[in-house]
Amino acid sequence: MAEHRLKPITPLGGDTSRKDTFQGVTITEVVDTALASLSARASQAAEFRAAAPKFFGFDLPAPARSASGGDYTAIWTGPEQWFIEAPFATHEDIARIVKQGFGDAASVTEQTDGWGRFDLEGPRVRKVFEILSNLDLEKLPSGGASRTVIEHLGCILVCREAGARYSVYGPRSSAASLHHALVTAAKAAL
Amino acid sequence: MSQTNRLQGGQIDRSKVLNFTFDGKAFQGYQGDTLASALLANGVRLMGRSFKYHRPRGPISSGSEEPNAIVELRSGARQEPNTRATIAELFEGLSAKSQNHVGSLKFDFLAVNDRLASFFAAGFYYKTFMWPKAFWEKLYEPMIRRAAGLGSLSMQTDPDAYDKGFLHCDLLVIGAGPSGLAAALTAARSGARVILADEDFAPGGRLNAETFTLGNTSGAEWAQAAVAELSAMPNVRILTRTVVIGAFDHGIYGALERVSDHLPVPSEGKPRQILWRIYSSRAVLAAGATERPIAFRNNDRPGIMMAGALRAYVNRWAATPGKSVAVFTNNDDGLRTASDLIAKGVKVSAVIDSRADGPAFSGAEHLRGAVVTDALGRLGLHSVKVKLASGEIRQIPCEALGVSGGWNPNVHLTCHQRGLPVWNADLAAFVPGSLPPGMVVAGAANGEFSTAAALASGAKAAAGALDALGLSAAPADLPQAEDAPTRVSPLWYVPHKGRAWLDQQNDVTVKDVKLAHQEGFRSVEHLKRYTTMGMATDQGKTSNIGGLAVMAEMTGKSIPDTGTTIYRPPYTPVPIGAFAGRSAGADFRPKRLTPSHKWAAEQGAVFVEVGMWLRAQWLPRQGETHWRQSVDREVAATRGSVGICDVTTLGKIDVQGPDAAEFLNRIYCNPFAKLPVGKVRYGLMLREDGMAMDDGTTARLAEDHFVTTTTTANAVGVYRHMEFCRQCLWPDLDVQIISTTEAWAQFSVAGPNARKLLQKIVDPEYDISNEAFPYMGCGEITVCGGLRARLFRISFSGELAYEIAVPTRYGDGLVRAMMEAGREFDAVVYGTEALGVMRIEKGHAAGNELNGTTSALNLGMGGMVNKKKDSIGSTLSEREGMNAADALNLVGFEPVDRSKTLLGGMHFINRGAPADAKNDQGYMTSVAFSPSLGHSVGLGFLKNGAARKGEVIRAVNPLANEEVEVKVVSAHFVDPEGERLRG
Repeated sequence: MAEHRLKPITPLGGDTSRKDTFQGVTITEVVDTALASLSARASQAAEFRAAAPKFFGFDLPAPARSASGGDYTAIWTGPEQWFIEAPFATHEDIARIVKQGFGDAASVTEQTDGWGRFDLEGPRVRKVFEILSNLDLEKLPSGGASRTVIEHLGCILVCREAGARYSVYGPRSSAASLHHALVTAAKAAL
Repeated sequence: MSQTNRLQGGQIDRSKVLNFTFDGKAFQGYQGDTLASALLANGVRLMGRSFKYHRPRGPISSGSEEPNAIVELRSGARQEPNTRATIAELFEGLSAKSQNHVGSLKFDFLAVNDRLASFFAAGFYYKTFMWPKAFWEKLYEPMIRRAAGLGSLSMQTDPDAYDKGFLHCDLLVIGAGPSGLAAALTAARSGARVILADEDFAPGGRLNAETFTLGNTSGAEWAQAAVAELSAMPNVRILTRTVVIGAFDHGIYGALERVSDHLPVPSEGKPRQILWRIYSSRAVLAAGATERPIAFRNNDRPGIMMAGALRAYVNRWAATPGKSVAVFTNNDDGLRTASDLIAKGVKVSAVIDSRADGPAFSGAEHLRGAVVTDALGRLGLHSVKVKLASGEIRQIPCEALGVSGGWNPNVHLTCHQRGLPVWNADLAAFVPGSLPPGMVVAGAANGEFSTAAALASGAKAAAGALDALGLSAAPADLPQAEDAPTRVSPLWYVPHKGRAWLDQQNDVTVKDVKLAHQEGFRSVEHLKRYTTMGMATDQGKTSNIGGLAVMAEMTGKSIPDTGTTIYRPPYTPVPIGAFAGRSAGADFRPKRLTPSHKWAAEQGAVFVEVGMWLRAQWLPRQGETHWRQSVDREVAATRGSVGICDVTTLGKIDVQGPDAAEFLNRIYCNPFAKLPVGKVRYGLMLREDGMAMDDGTTARLAEDHFVTTTTTANAVGVYRHMEFCRQCLWPDLDVQIISTTEAWAQFSVAGPNARKLLQKIVDPEYDISNEAFPYMGCGEITVCGGLRARLFRISFSGELAYEIAVPTRYGDGLVRAMMEAGREFDAVVYGTEALGVMRIEKGHAAGNELNGTTSALNLGMGGMVNKKKDSIGSTLSEREGMNAADALNLVGFEPVDRSKTLLGGMHFINRGAPADAKNDQGYMTSVAFSPSLGHSVGLGFLKNGAARKGEVIRAVNPLANEEVEVKVVSAHFVDPEGERLRG
């Protein structure tokens, strides 16, 4: 991307990402991930299937799973639909980049700033989620992903490492409310 | 007086002395005490006044079933009424007050009600307070509420927090008595995920209250060892102080954990309570049993309690309610209380056994075939009258009486999905019948009362549940335990002409039940409503069975034929705060902040809630003291030069795919198939019934790529509607949609200098002159030196206007950059009020007009419903009733007297006609003061309005008796030809 003169702010309104530390868990506002939705076009299903491993270097994950390789992580979000993560620094224009890999076989939409991402890490992280989400995290393996409601908000939860590291994507406009809920839950649970 | 009734032993920590007050008087107890046990140890039997008759009462139980010892705990904002002293854990500094009396607890002026009892029989207020009707609300109801209170509220905000949480397990074990512990051990040792929940702070159930041994150890020690083993296992979660309150669908149970109730103040950040939703594959209900009383005259005297509770106080808490105690029983379990009391050195005055043929008892005088007929001692029992088998009446001195009428299995949770318990004649009790799916019942809850049977049934229940889950359990290693049979001879009440109390919480007597029968309220459900038996905090745990036994006797039916009332959650009371969780006050629901929120807040913007969004309503400048000054200025500045408004809240839906155009063609009533790339079109969406659903603009960015906007209010609803259409109505269309509302920060830039301002923002390689980028144009551009952006030439204000969008993280930067660029034009940011004023001046419909009752024709857009194609709502919009000659039309209104203001919701009435529904001509939907025109203007729906321009009618507000003469005009008050927006 060109060097433009607009300064970004984080979902929480800061200049830099926020980090909150508790006994056994840290909550980090993650702002260095670009995000796009990738949807297969039914009329070109075969081309789509062929393009996915070629472009990403791995097969797109099954329902409730994510898959990673190289710069990309794909998260299943619905029938024939995935969210694609990549480093923001190199993939700010992620929708255009992914679209080039799939052409007319896919519909790709930029989602980077539609969401705020918070990563919760630490040995006691599951305790925090007990008062946030009805997902059974003991049964969500590394690489598992699911929609879930947190603080009345439709969120996507990705298990990066079972029992240790999870990402929560929630609507960016409500990032402050979501963050408040995460921090409040951490204080209550830990 | 200091703990005069404290005995030796018990499971209390005498090294930890706790100071507390009751009704302002200081006492001491020990760690491990409940408020009730500590008061009893201090010789206090009188703990409350009854609901209706204000009779002096003391505790009758040692658990959550308590109907009498209901107190207010703590003070100030944390004051909590209606808590049970029997389960309130003692802590240092606890302050408790008795409730429901006027005057002191000992001298309650409202005890006069007891003298007037004959006027206050069941249903008295239905009969007594009938007239005059007007007195009910103003006099009778407040009077009754004052007299029949259940404690008082602090009227302050609860300072504590409550959480809601979610747990998952293979097996939920409800109750940590012998059967629950056996079940939990069996399951946990197999590796299953187990949650063990118990309402007590010390797991063990009756094992803590009894003197039996399990193997070589005491019951309490065995329970502690079992809990220690379970606690060390990673697959087990033990929830103490946790009541499972309900059995819901699909193995989901509700549970309330009292996290901090035993502390003076919750720790920083910690909740007072957590309402858990437990997802279980299987559940073992090991909830134990509740002892039931035998009703006799004055059986509510302080000092009279359940025999099992008395035993618990003596054994677990080393507290006796009196120096001399009598026991009244109809079963063997009552005898156990007598022997435990004797073992503790308490004098047992007599054992009154209603059975003439029951087992013999030694150690105290055993009066077989005898019944208690009366109790004496208004503020505290001093003696009972006993009718011996011979018929002789004898008065026996005693400070306490333990009563046992047998035990009722706690079947409540088995019935939460409408299961009915079944009668077991051997036990003279209801036992579980049909069960919720996945539940098994063990131990006393299943009518298996001996400790050995409880242990065995718990282990067996767990093994069966595990087997169903495909897990195998090793045979349980169970200790030797007592295995006494249950021998009970039913006795519900001792007949007498005086009042014998069935439901002590609601002051319901045997007589009241008989009265209900006499007056025709014979079904148990009617009995409950008529007498209030079984209502309030204890939900009749100690009273229901007695009441229905009396009713059965009256009707001549059996007890099982009489049946029970429906059991409903919650099992014990749950504070409303726990249901609310953290969703209270400012955190009631999450907020949505616009990309320019931070900047707007810096400017001192006044925000308004628009759904979950907080939008800037207006942005006051120094010296402005009234909102109208700010709004008028914002409108004038925008129409005069340029104004900027954050319109991110409008829904944005990305529509892609080879069939995207066809998809939109079917969604919108007007055509989209031929919209050229680089153009925007206004679209009106109808519901299936032909009424207007939503409107917005759609931009075609590529042949197979559209961006559709919706109103702020309908963003989610329209997206859901489109998903439904895509997935269910037209799965054959190759189209993909996703919301991008939040991904892009979008600003309206409006006013004659809008283009000049944007030319300083949009990178120079993009020509946005009127020729190159005309009205209704759109395109992907870059701004501020290369940032990807989108530009739309659309106008809601009626001015030359654009909407510009950048990725949301840059929205804050963009508004700052535009204000900087607009400095030379005196650019303003305008809020939703000015936005509203300008769209009303322009005659654009918004939520007030798209109100779900209006059609395209009503809105003046009937011609947009394209008949060359099919679209949702097109056919049904042709219905005759929606196309009547006098249909409502959207038109403008201005007051004849320009100084008058208009009011939204006013109805239109013709001159000279009465202002009533029959003469209604329509209604005003939107009003504003127009700074452009200098007077109020309004939009509204008027019958045949399009043909009535120039006519003067009345806008009336019958609620406030107001009316204004208005002239019917075009809805387009400003620039009706639309020259500005094309300029």
